[in-house]
Amino acid sequence: MTLSQIVIQLLEGLIVSVRIFAITLLFSLPLGLLVAFGRMSKNALINGLTKVYISIMRGTPLMLQLFVVYYGPYYLFNIKLSPTYRNSAVYIGFIINYAAYFAEIYRSGIQSMPIGQYEAAEILGYSKMQTFFRIILPQVIKRILPSVTNEIITLVKDTSLAFSISVMEMFTQAKALSSSQTSMTPLIVAGVFYYIFNFVVAMVMEKAEKKLDYYK
Amino acid sequence: MNLLEMKNVKKNFGNLRVLKDISIEVADGEIVSIIGPSGSGKSTLLRCATLLETLDSGTLKYQDKVVAENDSSGKAVYADKETLKQVKSVYGLVFQQFNLFPHWNVLQNVTDAVINVQKKPRAEAEKIGRDLLEKMGLSDKAGYYPYQLSGGQQQRVAIARALALSPKVLFFDEPTSALDPELTGEVLKVIKSLKDLNIAMVIVTHEMAFARDISDKVIFMADGVVVERGSAEEVFNSDNERMKAFLGRYKSIL
Ligand SMILES: Nc1ncnc2c1ncn2[C@@H]1O[C@H](COP(=O)(O)OP(=O)(O)OP(=O)(O)O)[C@@H](O)[C@H]1O
Ligand SMILES: [Mg+2]
Repeated sequence: MTLSQIVIQLLEGLIVSVRIFAITLLFSLPLGLLVAFGRMSKNALINGLTKVYISIMRGTPLMLQLFVVYYGPYYLFNIKLSPTYRNSAVYIGFIINYAAYFAEIYRSGIQSMPIGQYEAAEILGYSKMQTFFRIILPQVIKRILPSVTNEIITLVKDTSLAFSISVMEMFTQAKALSSSQTSMTPLIVAGVFYYIFNFVVAMVMEKAEKKLDYYK
Repeated sequence: MNLLEMKNVKKNFGNLRVLKDISIEVADGEIVSIIGPSGSGKSTLLRCATLLETLDSGTLKYQDKVVAENDSSGKAVYADKETLKQVKSVYGLVFQQFNLFPHWNVLQNVTDAVINVQKKPRAEAEKIGRDLLEKMGLSDKAGYYPYQLSGGQQQRVAIARALALSPKVLFFDEPTSALDPELTGEVLKVIKSLKDLNIAMVIVTHEMAFARDISDKVIFMADGVVVERGSAEEVFNSDNERMKAFLGRYKSIL
Protein backbone atom coordinates (compact mmCIF):
# COMPACT_ATOMS: atom_id res chain seq x y z
CA MET A 1 0.00 0.00 0.00
CA THR A 2 1.43 3.34 -0.98
CA LEU A 3 1.56 6.34 1.28
CA SER A 4 -1.02 8.17 -0.81
CA GLN A 5 -3.43 5.25 -0.46
CA ILE A 6 -2.96 5.36 3.27
CA VAL A 7 -3.51 9.09 3.31
CA ILE A 8 -6.70 8.79 1.27
CA GLN A 9 -8.13 6.11 3.52
CA LEU A 10 -7.26 8.10 6.64
CA LEU A 11 -8.81 11.22 5.15
CA GLU A 12 -12.05 9.29 4.89
CA GLY A 13 -11.69 8.50 8.56
CA LEU A 14 -10.88 12.11 9.31
CA ILE A 15 -14.19 13.19 7.80
CA VAL A 16 -15.98 10.89 10.24
CA SER A 17 -13.90 12.29 13.11
CA VAL A 18 -14.68 15.86 12.10
CA ARG A 19 -18.37 15.00 11.92
CA ILE A 20 -18.33 13.57 15.45
CA PHE A 21 -16.47 16.67 16.59
CA ALA A 22 -18.85 19.12 14.93
CA ILE A 23 -22.08 17.42 15.95
CA THR A 24 -20.86 17.05 19.52
CA LEU A 25 -20.09 20.77 19.75
CA LEU A 26 -23.26 21.83 18.00
CA PHE A 27 -25.43 20.07 20.56
CA SER A 28 -23.36 19.92 23.73
CA LEU A 29 -22.68 23.67 23.90
CA PRO A 30 -26.36 24.66 24.16
CA LEU A 31 -27.25 21.56 26.14
CA GLY A 32 -24.45 22.40 28.57
CA LEU A 33 -26.03 25.80 29.21
CA LEU A 34 -29.33 24.12 30.00
CA VAL A 35 -27.59 21.70 32.36
CA ALA A 36 -25.80 24.62 34.01
CA PHE A 37 -29.19 26.22 34.69
CA GLY A 38 -30.35 22.94 36.20
CA ARG A 39 -27.24 22.79 38.33
CA MET A 40 -27.90 26.32 39.64
CA SER A 41 -31.64 25.75 40.04
CA LYS A 42 -33.25 26.43 43.38
CA ASN A 43 -35.45 23.41 42.81
CA ALA A 44 -33.81 20.69 44.91
CA LEU A 45 -34.87 17.86 42.59
CA ILE A 46 -33.55 19.46 39.40
CA ASN A 47 -30.45 20.58 41.19
CA GLY A 48 -29.81 17.13 42.64
CA LEU A 49 -30.43 15.29 39.37
CA THR A 50 -28.10 17.49 37.36
CA LYS A 51 -25.48 17.21 40.06
CA VAL A 52 -25.59 13.41 39.89
CA TYR A 53 -25.59 13.47 36.10
CA ILE A 54 -22.54 15.73 35.96
CA SER A 55 -20.68 13.71 38.53
CA ILE A 56 -21.30 10.44 36.65
CA MET A 57 -20.25 11.96 33.34
CA ARG A 58 -17.06 13.31 34.84
CA GLY A 59 -16.36 10.38 37.13
CA THR A 60 -16.51 7.52 34.64
CA PRO A 61 -14.53 6.90 31.43
CA LEU A 62 -16.05 8.24 28.22
CA MET A 63 -15.26 4.90 26.60
CA LEU A 64 -17.41 3.11 29.14
CA GLN A 65 -20.20 5.62 28.57
CA LEU A 66 -20.06 4.92 24.84
CA PHE A 67 -20.41 1.20 25.56
CA VAL A 68 -23.42 1.80 27.78
CA VAL A 69 -25.11 4.00 25.20
CA TYR A 70 -24.38 1.53 22.40
CA TYR A 71 -25.06 -1.81 24.11
CA GLY A 72 -27.38 -0.57 26.85
CA PRO A 73 -30.61 -0.66 24.86
CA TYR A 74 -30.00 -4.33 24.01
CA TYR A 75 -28.58 -5.60 27.28
CA LEU A 76 -30.92 -3.64 29.52
CA PHE A 77 -34.15 -3.53 27.55
CA ASN A 78 -33.65 -6.15 24.87
CA ILE A 79 -34.20 -3.55 22.17
CA LYS A 80 -32.55 -4.57 18.90
CA LEU A 81 -31.19 -1.57 17.08
CA SER A 82 -29.83 -1.53 13.55
CA PRO A 83 -26.04 -1.37 13.11
CA THR A 84 -26.35 2.23 12.02
CA TYR A 85 -27.24 3.00 15.62
CA ARG A 86 -23.47 2.84 16.11
CA ASN A 87 -23.10 6.36 14.79
CA SER A 88 -25.99 7.75 16.80
CA ALA A 89 -24.58 6.07 19.90
CA VAL A 90 -21.30 7.90 19.39
CA TYR A 91 -23.04 11.23 18.97
CA ILE A 92 -25.28 10.68 21.98
CA GLY A 93 -22.40 9.49 24.16
CA PHE A 94 -20.18 12.42 23.24
CA ILE A 95 -22.93 15.02 23.51
CA ILE A 96 -24.10 14.03 26.97
CA ASN A 97 -20.53 13.69 28.20
CA TYR A 98 -19.35 17.03 26.87
CA ALA A 99 -22.53 18.82 27.92
CA ALA A 100 -21.62 17.93 31.50
CA TYR A 101 -18.15 19.44 31.18
CA PHE A 102 -19.45 22.55 29.44
CA ALA A 103 -22.14 22.92 32.10
CA GLU A 104 -19.49 23.19 34.79
CA ILE A 105 -17.59 25.75 32.74
CA TYR A 106 -20.71 27.83 32.17
CA ARG A 107 -21.60 27.60 35.83
CA SER A 108 -18.23 28.83 37.02
CA GLY A 109 -18.42 31.66 34.47
CA ILE A 110 -21.91 32.69 35.44
CA GLN A 111 -21.11 32.58 39.13
CA SER A 112 -18.02 34.70 38.63
CA MET A 113 -20.13 37.59 37.33
CA PRO A 114 -20.33 40.48 39.79
CA ILE A 115 -23.74 40.93 41.40
CA GLY A 116 -23.61 44.61 40.42
CA GLN A 117 -24.26 43.69 36.79
CA TYR A 118 -27.51 41.99 37.75
CA GLU A 119 -28.53 44.84 40.04
CA ALA A 120 -27.83 47.51 37.43
CA ALA A 121 -29.88 45.53 34.91
CA GLU A 122 -32.73 45.11 37.34
CA ILE A 123 -32.82 48.82 38.17
CA LEU A 124 -32.89 49.66 34.46
CA GLY A 125 -35.92 47.42 34.06
CA TYR A 126 -34.49 44.55 32.03
CA SER A 127 -36.38 41.27 32.32
CA LYS A 128 -34.56 38.20 33.64
CA MET A 129 -34.21 36.84 30.09
CA GLN A 130 -32.88 40.12 28.73
CA THR A 131 -30.47 40.42 31.61
CA PHE A 132 -29.07 36.98 30.93
CA PHE A 133 -28.85 37.08 27.17
CA ARG A 134 -27.93 40.74 26.65
CA ILE A 135 -25.73 41.42 29.65
CA ILE A 136 -24.54 38.30 31.45
CA LEU A 137 -23.97 35.68 28.73
CA PRO A 138 -21.81 37.83 26.43
CA GLN A 139 -19.47 38.56 29.32
CA VAL A 140 -19.53 34.95 30.48
CA ILE A 141 -18.50 33.77 27.02
CA LYS A 142 -15.45 35.99 27.12
CA ARG A 143 -14.52 34.73 30.57
CA ILE A 144 -14.88 31.04 29.78
CA LEU A 145 -13.39 31.00 26.30
CA PRO A 146 -9.96 29.75 27.45
CA SER A 147 -11.51 26.81 29.35
CA VAL A 148 -13.79 26.04 26.42
CA THR A 149 -10.77 26.00 24.12
CA ASN A 150 -9.09 23.40 26.34
CA GLU A 151 -12.20 21.27 26.27
CA ILE A 152 -12.54 21.51 22.51
CA ILE A 153 -8.94 20.47 21.97
CA THR A 154 -9.53 17.48 24.22
CA LEU A 155 -12.62 16.67 22.16
CA VAL A 156 -10.56 16.49 18.96
CA LYS A 157 -8.42 13.79 20.56
CA ASP A 158 -11.37 12.11 22.29
CA THR A 159 -13.09 11.45 18.95
CA SER A 160 -10.63 8.55 18.64
CA LEU A 161 -12.49 6.81 21.49
CA ALA A 162 -15.24 6.05 18.97
CA PHE A 163 -13.00 3.19 17.88
CA SER A 164 -14.21 1.32 20.97
CA ILE A 165 -17.57 0.70 19.33
CA SER A 166 -16.00 0.27 15.90
CA VAL A 167 -17.05 3.52 14.29
CA MET A 168 -14.85 4.03 11.26
CA GLU A 169 -13.28 7.27 12.32
CA MET A 170 -9.65 8.07 11.72
CA PHE A 171 -8.10 6.22 14.63
CA THR A 172 -10.06 3.04 13.90
CA GLN A 173 -8.86 3.20 10.30
CA ALA A 174 -5.28 3.86 11.31
CA LYS A 175 -5.25 0.98 13.75
CA ALA A 176 -6.71 -1.42 11.17
CA LEU A 177 -4.27 -0.31 8.48
CA SER A 178 -1.36 -0.51 10.83
CA SER A 179 -1.99 -4.13 11.73
CA SER A 180 -2.88 -5.26 8.20
CA GLN A 181 0.24 -3.58 6.79
CA THR A 182 2.37 -4.28 9.85
CA SER A 183 3.54 -0.70 9.62
CA MET A 184 3.76 2.35 11.86
CA THR A 185 3.09 4.70 8.96
CA PRO A 186 -0.73 4.85 9.24
CA LEU A 187 -0.48 5.72 12.93
CA ILE A 188 2.06 8.44 12.24
CA VAL A 189 -0.06 9.90 9.45
CA ALA A 190 -3.11 9.86 11.72
CA GLY A 191 -1.06 11.61 14.41
CA VAL A 192 -0.11 14.33 11.94
CA PHE A 193 -3.76 14.77 10.97
CA TYR A 194 -4.87 15.07 14.59
CA TYR A 195 -2.16 17.60 15.13
CA ILE A 196 -3.22 19.69 12.15
CA PHE A 197 -6.87 19.41 13.21
CA ASN A 198 -6.02 20.79 16.63
CA PHE A 199 -3.76 23.42 15.16
CA VAL A 200 -6.70 24.75 13.15
CA VAL A 201 -9.00 24.54 16.18
CA ALA A 202 -6.52 26.48 18.31
CA MET A 203 -6.17 29.10 15.61
CA VAL A 204 -9.92 29.59 15.31
CA MET A 205 -10.29 29.87 19.08
CA GLU A 206 -7.47 32.37 19.27
CA LYS A 207 -9.26 34.47 16.65
CA ALA A 208 -12.43 34.32 18.72
CA GLU A 209 -10.55 35.40 21.84
CA LYS A 210 -8.96 38.28 19.95
CA LYS A 211 -12.36 39.33 18.72
CA LEU A 212 -13.59 39.63 22.30
CA ASP A 213 -10.50 41.56 23.29
CA TYR A 214 -12.20 44.86 22.51
CA TYR A 215 -13.23 45.28 26.14
CA LYS A 216 -11.98 44.34 29.60
CA MET B 1 -49.03 63.77 46.94
CA ASN B 2 -45.53 62.64 47.71
CA LEU B 3 -43.42 61.08 45.02
CA LEU B 4 -41.96 58.60 47.48
CA GLU B 5 -43.20 57.62 50.84
CA MET B 6 -41.59 55.11 53.18
CA LYS B 7 -43.36 54.65 56.49
CA ASN B 8 -42.28 52.70 59.56
CA VAL B 9 -39.83 50.69 57.51
CA LYS B 10 -38.07 47.84 59.28
CA LYS B 11 -35.42 45.57 57.89
CA ASN B 12 -33.33 42.89 59.55
CA PHE B 13 -30.47 40.81 58.25
CA GLY B 14 -30.76 37.74 60.41
CA ASN B 15 -30.49 39.01 63.95
CA LEU B 16 -29.07 42.34 62.89
CA ARG B 17 -31.68 45.09 62.99
CA VAL B 18 -30.50 47.42 60.26
CA LEU B 19 -33.54 49.64 59.76
CA LYS B 20 -35.59 50.24 62.90
CA ASP B 21 -38.73 52.10 62.03
CA ILE B 22 -37.71 54.63 59.43
CA SER B 23 -40.04 57.02 57.68
CA ILE B 24 -39.09 59.36 54.86
CA GLU B 25 -40.93 61.34 52.25
CA VAL B 26 -39.71 62.82 49.02
CA ALA B 27 -41.71 65.36 47.04
CA ASP B 28 -41.51 65.98 43.30
CA GLY B 29 -38.24 67.63 42.39
CA GLU B 30 -37.01 67.60 45.96
CA ILE B 31 -33.35 67.02 46.71
CA VAL B 32 -32.75 64.97 49.82
CA SER B 33 -29.38 64.03 51.25
CA ILE B 34 -28.93 61.14 53.62
CA ILE B 35 -25.89 61.32 55.83
CA GLY B 36 -24.71 59.25 58.74
CA PRO B 37 -21.95 57.01 60.01
CA SER B 38 -20.87 53.84 58.27
CA GLY B 39 -23.15 50.90 58.94
CA SER B 40 -26.11 53.05 59.91
CA GLY B 41 -28.27 51.52 57.17
CA LYS B 42 -28.17 54.21 54.45
CA SER B 43 -27.47 51.82 51.59
CA THR B 44 -30.00 49.36 52.92
CA LEU B 45 -32.62 52.11 52.91
CA LEU B 46 -31.89 52.95 49.26
CA ARG B 47 -31.87 49.28 48.35
CA CYS B 48 -35.29 48.87 49.96
CA ALA B 49 -36.59 51.91 48.11
CA THR B 50 -35.30 50.54 44.79
CA LEU B 51 -36.58 47.00 45.38
CA LEU B 52 -33.11 45.46 45.51
CA GLU B 53 -34.04 44.43 49.04
CA THR B 54 -37.44 43.70 50.51
CA LEU B 55 -38.77 45.37 53.63
CA ASP B 56 -39.73 43.17 56.54
CA SER B 57 -42.34 45.61 57.67
CA GLY B 58 -43.67 49.05 56.74
CA THR B 59 -45.10 50.90 53.77
CA LEU B 60 -43.44 51.80 50.48
CA LYS B 61 -45.32 54.01 48.07
CA TYR B 62 -44.46 55.75 44.82
CA GLN B 63 -47.01 58.42 43.91
CA ASP B 64 -50.38 56.68 44.28
CA LYS B 65 -48.95 53.20 43.83
CA VAL B 66 -48.56 51.08 46.92
CA VAL B 67 -45.50 48.87 46.47
CA ALA B 68 -45.52 47.25 49.88
CA GLU B 69 -47.81 47.46 52.82
CA ASN B 70 -48.27 45.58 56.07
CA ASP B 71 -50.78 42.78 56.33
CA SER B 72 -52.75 42.28 59.52
CA SER B 73 -49.80 40.56 61.17
CA GLY B 74 -47.55 43.55 60.49
CA LYS B 75 -45.48 41.92 57.75
CA ALA B 76 -44.81 43.81 54.54
CA VAL B 77 -46.60 42.34 51.53
CA TYR B 78 -45.63 43.37 48.03
CA ALA B 79 -47.89 44.41 45.17
CA ASP B 80 -48.37 42.30 42.05
CA LYS B 81 -45.75 42.09 39.31
CA GLU B 82 -47.49 44.56 37.04
CA THR B 83 -47.50 47.28 39.71
CA LEU B 84 -43.86 46.62 40.52
CA LYS B 85 -42.98 46.91 36.85
CA GLN B 86 -44.77 50.25 36.55
CA VAL B 87 -43.13 51.55 39.68
CA LYS B 88 -39.68 50.61 38.43
CA SER B 89 -39.96 53.19 35.69
CA VAL B 90 -40.35 55.93 38.30
CA TYR B 91 -36.87 55.69 39.80
CA GLY B 92 -33.25 55.19 38.87
CA LEU B 93 -30.18 54.36 40.93
CA VAL B 94 -26.56 55.38 40.59
CA PHE B 95 -24.21 52.93 42.28
CA GLN B 96 -21.02 53.59 44.15
CA GLN B 97 -19.23 51.16 41.82
CA PHE B 98 -20.89 52.51 38.62
CA ASN B 99 -21.79 49.01 37.38
CA LEU B 100 -21.55 49.96 33.73
CA PHE B 101 -21.84 47.15 31.20
CA PRO B 102 -18.24 46.59 30.10
CA HIS B 103 -19.05 44.94 26.78
CA TRP B 104 -20.96 47.97 25.50
CA ASN B 105 -19.58 51.32 24.56
CA VAL B 106 -20.70 54.50 26.28
CA LEU B 107 -23.56 55.25 23.91
CA GLN B 108 -24.85 51.67 24.06
CA ASN B 109 -24.68 51.77 27.84
CA VAL B 110 -26.85 54.86 27.83
CA THR B 111 -29.30 53.86 25.10
CA ASP B 112 -29.77 50.10 25.36
CA ALA B 113 -32.45 50.17 28.04
CA VAL B 114 -34.24 53.00 26.25
CA ILE B 115 -34.43 50.78 23.18
CA ASN B 116 -34.97 47.38 24.77
CA VAL B 117 -36.88 48.22 27.94
CA GLN B 118 -38.79 51.35 27.01
CA LYS B 119 -39.05 50.17 23.39
CA LYS B 120 -38.34 53.58 21.94
CA PRO B 121 -36.99 53.75 18.37
CA ARG B 122 -33.22 53.62 18.11
CA ALA B 123 -32.94 57.05 16.53
CA GLU B 124 -34.89 58.66 19.35
CA ALA B 125 -32.86 56.77 21.96
CA GLU B 126 -29.61 57.90 20.41
CA LYS B 127 -30.78 61.48 20.37
CA ILE B 128 -31.62 61.20 24.08
CA GLY B 129 -28.27 59.51 24.71
CA ARG B 130 -26.17 62.04 22.85
CA ASP B 131 -27.94 64.98 24.49
CA LEU B 132 -27.29 63.51 27.91
CA LEU B 133 -23.66 62.74 27.13
CA GLU B 134 -23.26 66.35 26.11
CA LYS B 135 -24.78 67.47 29.38
CA MET B 136 -22.31 65.19 31.18
CA GLY B 137 -19.41 66.63 29.19
CA LEU B 138 -18.79 63.30 27.48
CA SER B 139 -19.73 64.04 23.87
CA ASP B 140 -16.37 62.87 22.61
CA LYS B 141 -16.55 59.58 24.54
CA ALA B 142 -19.63 58.01 22.95
CA GLY B 143 -17.62 55.26 21.24
CA TYR B 144 -15.36 54.49 24.20
CA TYR B 145 -15.64 51.37 26.30
CA PRO B 146 -15.94 51.73 30.09
CA TYR B 147 -12.42 50.42 30.73
CA GLN B 148 -11.05 53.30 28.66
CA LEU B 149 -12.59 55.91 30.98
CA SER B 150 -11.56 57.35 34.32
CA GLY B 151 -13.72 56.58 37.33
CA GLY B 152 -15.25 60.04 37.19
CA GLN B 153 -16.15 59.62 33.54
CA GLN B 154 -17.59 56.17 34.21
CA GLN B 155 -19.77 57.58 36.95
CA ARG B 156 -21.00 60.33 34.65
CA VAL B 157 -21.91 57.69 32.08
CA ALA B 158 -23.80 55.81 34.79
CA ILE B 159 -25.69 59.00 35.62
CA ALA B 160 -26.53 59.51 31.94
CA ARG B 161 -27.66 55.89 31.70
CA ALA B 162 -30.05 56.40 34.61
CA LEU B 163 -31.33 59.72 33.30
CA ALA B 164 -31.95 58.33 29.81
CA LEU B 165 -34.98 56.47 31.16
CA SER B 166 -36.37 59.79 32.45
CA PRO B 167 -37.00 58.75 36.05
CA LYS B 168 -38.91 60.98 38.42
CA VAL B 169 -36.48 60.31 41.21
CA LEU B 170 -32.84 59.36 41.05
CA PHE B 171 -31.11 57.67 43.97
CA PHE B 172 -27.38 57.97 44.47
CA ASP B 173 -25.49 55.68 46.83
CA GLU B 174 -22.21 57.39 47.61
CA PRO B 175 -21.63 58.31 43.98
CA THR B 176 -18.13 59.61 44.62
CA SER B 177 -16.80 57.24 47.26
CA ALA B 178 -14.96 55.09 44.74
CA LEU B 179 -13.27 58.11 43.18
CA ASP B 180 -10.00 59.90 43.74
CA PRO B 181 -10.46 63.34 45.27
CA GLU B 182 -9.63 65.07 41.96
CA LEU B 183 -12.43 63.19 40.22
CA THR B 184 -14.98 63.68 42.97
CA GLY B 185 -15.41 67.34 42.10
CA GLU B 186 -16.37 66.74 38.48
CA VAL B 187 -19.07 64.24 39.46
CA LEU B 188 -20.49 66.47 42.18
CA LYS B 189 -20.61 69.33 39.70
CA VAL B 190 -22.58 67.20 37.27
CA ILE B 191 -25.03 66.16 39.99
CA LYS B 192 -25.51 69.80 40.93
CA SER B 193 -26.21 70.61 37.31
CA LEU B 194 -29.14 68.16 37.37
CA LYS B 195 -31.05 70.56 39.58
CA ASP B 196 -32.57 72.24 36.55
CA LEU B 197 -33.99 68.91 35.27
CA ASN B 198 -36.46 69.16 38.13
CA ILE B 199 -36.26 65.52 39.04
CA ALA B 200 -36.12 64.49 42.65
CA MET B 201 -32.79 63.21 43.96
CA VAL B 202 -32.02 61.17 47.04
CA ILE B 203 -28.31 61.20 47.70
CA VAL B 204 -26.41 59.16 50.24
CA THR B 205 -23.09 60.90 50.63
CA HIS B 206 -20.14 61.57 52.88
CA GLU B 207 -19.47 64.87 51.06
CA MET B 208 -20.85 67.18 53.71
CA ALA B 209 -20.22 70.49 51.99
CA PHE B 210 -21.94 69.15 48.88
CA ALA B 211 -24.91 67.88 50.89
CA ARG B 212 -25.26 71.23 52.62
CA ASP B 213 -25.17 73.16 49.36
CA ILE B 214 -27.43 71.07 47.21
CA SER B 215 -30.12 69.74 49.55
CA ASP B 216 -33.65 70.88 50.16
CA LYS B 217 -33.74 68.41 53.00
CA VAL B 218 -31.08 66.55 54.95
CA ILE B 219 -31.65 63.34 56.85
CA PHE B 220 -29.16 62.18 59.44
CA MET B 221 -29.30 58.47 60.15
CA ALA B 222 -27.57 56.52 62.88
CA ASP B 223 -28.04 52.92 63.98
CA GLY B 224 -31.03 52.36 61.77
CA VAL B 225 -33.07 55.36 62.86
CA VAL B 226 -33.47 58.92 61.64
CA VAL B 227 -31.85 61.07 64.30
CA GLU B 228 -32.31 64.44 62.71
CA ARG B 229 -34.05 65.85 59.66
CA GLY B 230 -34.81 69.25 58.23
CA SER B 231 -33.31 71.88 55.98
CA ALA B 232 -29.56 71.75 55.51
CA GLU B 233 -29.19 74.69 57.82
CA GLU B 234 -31.25 73.13 60.58
CA VAL B 235 -29.48 69.80 60.47
CA PHE B 236 -25.96 71.12 60.17
CA ASN B 237 -26.53 73.49 63.08
CA SER B 238 -28.36 70.95 65.19
CA ASP B 239 -27.64 70.66 68.90
CA ASN B 240 -28.17 66.93 68.84
CA GLU B 241 -25.14 65.28 70.45
CA ARG B 242 -24.78 62.50 67.90
CA MET B 243 -25.21 64.93 65.05
CA LYS B 244 -22.52 67.15 66.51
CA ALA B 245 -20.18 64.24 67.11
CA PHE B 246 -20.68 63.04 63.55
CA LEU B 247 -20.18 66.47 61.99
CA GLY B 248 -17.16 67.10 64.15
CA ARG B 249 -15.22 64.80 61.86
CA TYR B 250 -15.99 67.06 58.94
CA LYS B 251 -15.52 70.40 60.71
CA SER B 252 -12.48 71.35 58.72
CA ILE B 253 -14.36 71.32 55.41
CA LEU B 254 -17.63 72.86 56.54
N1 LIG C 1 -26.95 41.62 52.56
C1 LIG C 1 -26.60 41.80 53.83
N2 LIG C 1 -26.55 40.75 54.69
C2 LIG C 1 -26.22 40.91 55.98
N3 LIG C 1 -25.92 42.10 56.54
C3 LIG C 1 -25.95 43.19 55.74
C4 LIG C 1 -26.29 43.09 54.36
N4 LIG C 1 -26.24 44.34 53.82
C5 LIG C 1 -25.89 45.16 54.83
N5 LIG C 1 -25.71 44.49 55.99
C6 LIG C 1 -25.36 45.07 57.28
O1 LIG C 1 -26.30 46.07 57.58
C7 LIG C 1 -25.68 47.17 58.21
C8 LIG C 1 -26.01 48.43 57.47
O2 LIG C 1 -25.36 48.38 56.21
P1 LIG C 1 -25.48 49.54 55.13
O3 LIG C 1 -24.67 49.10 53.97
O4 LIG C 1 -26.91 49.84 54.89
O5 LIG C 1 -24.80 50.76 55.87
P2 LIG C 1 -24.39 52.19 55.30
O6 LIG C 1 -25.02 53.18 56.18
O7 LIG C 1 -24.68 52.24 53.85
O8 LIG C 1 -22.82 52.21 55.54
P3 LIG C 1 -21.65 52.85 54.64
O9 LIG C 1 -21.63 54.30 54.95
O10 LIG C 1 -20.42 52.16 55.12
O11 LIG C 1 -21.96 52.55 53.21
C9 LIG C 1 -24.21 46.85 58.28
O12 LIG C 1 -23.92 46.38 59.58
C10 LIG C 1 -24.02 45.77 57.28
O13 LIG C 1 -22.99 44.90 57.64
MG1 LIG D 1 -23.50 52.32 52.09
